[in-house]
Amino acid sequence: MAAGRISSRPARFRRSTKMQNSRNHRHPNRPESYNFWVGVFCVGVFIVLGLFYFATQKIEYNWRWNRIPIYFVYKDQIEILSEIDGEVTALKKDGDQTLITIKDINLTETYEIPAAGIIRVQQGEIIAAGDILAAYSQWKPGLLIIGLWITLKLSVIATILGVIIGVIGGLTRISSNPALKWATIFYVELIRGSPLMVQILIWYFVLGTVINDLLAASGMGRLPAFWYGVASLACFAGAYVTEIVRAGIQSIHRGQTEAARSLGMSYAQSMLHVILPQALRRILPPLAGQFISLIKDSSLLGIIAIRELTKAAREAVSASLQPFELYLVLGLLYLVLTFTLSMAVQRLEKKMAIQ
Amino acid sequence: MIEVRNINKTFHVPHEVKALVDVSTKIAPGEVVVVCGPSGSGKSTLLRCLNRLEHADSGHILIDGIDVLDPKTNINKLRAEVGMVFQSFNLFPHKTVLDNITLAQRVVRKRSKSDALEKANMLLKKVGIQDKSGAFPDNLSGGQQQRVAIARALAMDPKVMLFDEPTSALDPEMIGEVLDVMKTLATEGMTMVVVTHEMGFAREVADRVIFMDAGAIVEVGTPEHFFVNPTHERTKLFLSQIL
Ligand SMILES: Nc1ncnc2c1ncn2[C@@H]1O[C@H](COP(=O)(O)OP(=O)(O)O)[C@@H](O)[C@H]1O
Ligand SMILES: [Mg+2]
Repeated sequence: MAAGRISSRPARFRRSTKMQNSRNHRHPNRPESYNFWVGVFCVGVFIVLGLFYFATQKIEYNWRWNRIPIYFVYKDQIEILSEIDGEVTALKKDGDQTLITIKDINLTETYEIPAAGIIRVQQGEIIAAGDILAAYSQWKPGLLIIGLWITLKLSVIATILGVIIGVIGGLTRISSNPALKWATIFYVELIRGSPLMVQILIWYFVLGTVINDLLAASGMGRLPAFWYGVASLACFAGAYVTEIVRAGIQSIHRGQTEAARSLGMSYAQSMLHVILPQALRRILPPLAGQFISLIKDSSLLGIIAIRELTKAAREAVSASLQPFELYLVLGLLYLVLTFTLSMAVQRLEKKMAIQ
Repeated sequence: MIEVRNINKTFHVPHEVKALVDVSTKIAPGEVVVVCGPSGSGKSTLLRCLNRLEHADSGHILIDGIDVLDPKTNINKLRAEVGMVFQSFNLFPHKTVLDNITLAQRVVRKRSKSDALEKANMLLKKVGIQDKSGAFPDNLSGGQQQRVAIARALAMDPKVMLFDEPTSALDPEMIGEVLDVMKTLATEGMTMVVVTHEMGFAREVADRVIFMDAGAIVEVGTPEHFFVNPTHERTKLFLSQIL
């Protein structure tokens, strides 16, 4: 019993393992009515969706789901035009490509046509500038996929930076050096005490202006809005991660540090090998929650003209005038992102707990 | 080997406690000293001051000629020479038994992986749990955990071993296996300071017994003196309660 009391395994693990067990097991003594209520749930969902559909019919909304796929991928028609007047003097195969040579009185131009191209001219034909030499079609990512990619890129970079900021912040937060400690408290309170939207505006329009002007003055290029977006999200998440890491470190029993230090390990060594690995296991669930929030919060970045998923969807809506379909799909896409992340973390957690 | 001169330690939080009052003692190489006394008498604090887990407010502590309280002393180097075993084992739960024993060898002593493993296996054999080398601490019994903790400390080749109530968190049937390991160590000539209420161990192994009360050393003597005719009333009272 005594040994159980001081076991340093966090209680949360034991609980979560138990939860997984009960999820995997078929309930042996489920009441008869269980399936009935599952049915009620399903019927309820259908009724709500049905009512919503009925309401949209009432206001004569025109559902056109078939118009939506083009915002994921579409076939782009590409035409290769001649830039000069002249005669087609040669059509030559060069590997997969075809080379079309056009001769004017005093200049010659050659166009490369890819294998998929359908050639629209013949040798000896006289053509004018702007005539179509060849045409082909190509699959291109639609607005939503472009936005999704930017959201993903933003979130991944900001998450990595957020973890780095958070781990450093967590360590300086518990430092005995007042300069480090108070600087961290100041940072955390500053970030947590103001809306993310305001922080994004400050990052782009205040800090961004200053930084870009300084960069320009020293002869370097401007930093694109994307990076100010990343910075605002990383700093925002970093403050919360700092608190998560601090709590995680402090939740590890003092005896762990003492054992490590009594063996001659330095503060840094005991943190790296003993405290942080244990803290990490414990903070994984709140950390995952934080990064799910980050993905969702990235939808605010449209305000500084970053074409992330939400901004892309809004552009698609102004082009197509199909807001119902596109916004529903938008919500679904975020759900896919966050759900994937939480599944991945759950697997990671399980893997670590087994150890 | 260890010289403690007039050390004092007062805790201010949560309230003022004089944990050590003018404590002095000397421990010779190879000596086994048992420290006993009622709960809260400062035994742990004394032990923890020896490797500076607690910083004594005043006084001097010399270990093997090195001034523990001197800020210029490389404390990590010193601690590597002073093994410590805790009441609550404090094994690293995220590491296997073997990794628990090799970690500090690798990062503090900078030993090669194979040297560290060899040492770890040798020590596991010595404490009698070589078959558990791949297990995680939570899957061991208390007695096994404490023996791993002893092996972990011994892996640093310490000159002194400090034990803070190593058996008080154990179920009675496991106390013996831990004390046996400690007895072997004592016969091998290890310098040991042991806080314990296991009077059988004190009688059998100790060269000297220190009795503490209210932060001060009340009585020091050989086990015979201590158990047969203690001089102080407080010692007699304590012994009558514990024996
Ligand atoms: N870290 C600490 N902070 C405050 N008081 C402490 C601390 N450690 C020990 N004490 C106090 O110092 C006194 C001596 O404690 P300790 O050395 O642990 O006694 P023992 O090990 O003999 O039971 C006790 O009154 C205890 O409450
Ligand atoms: Mg104690």
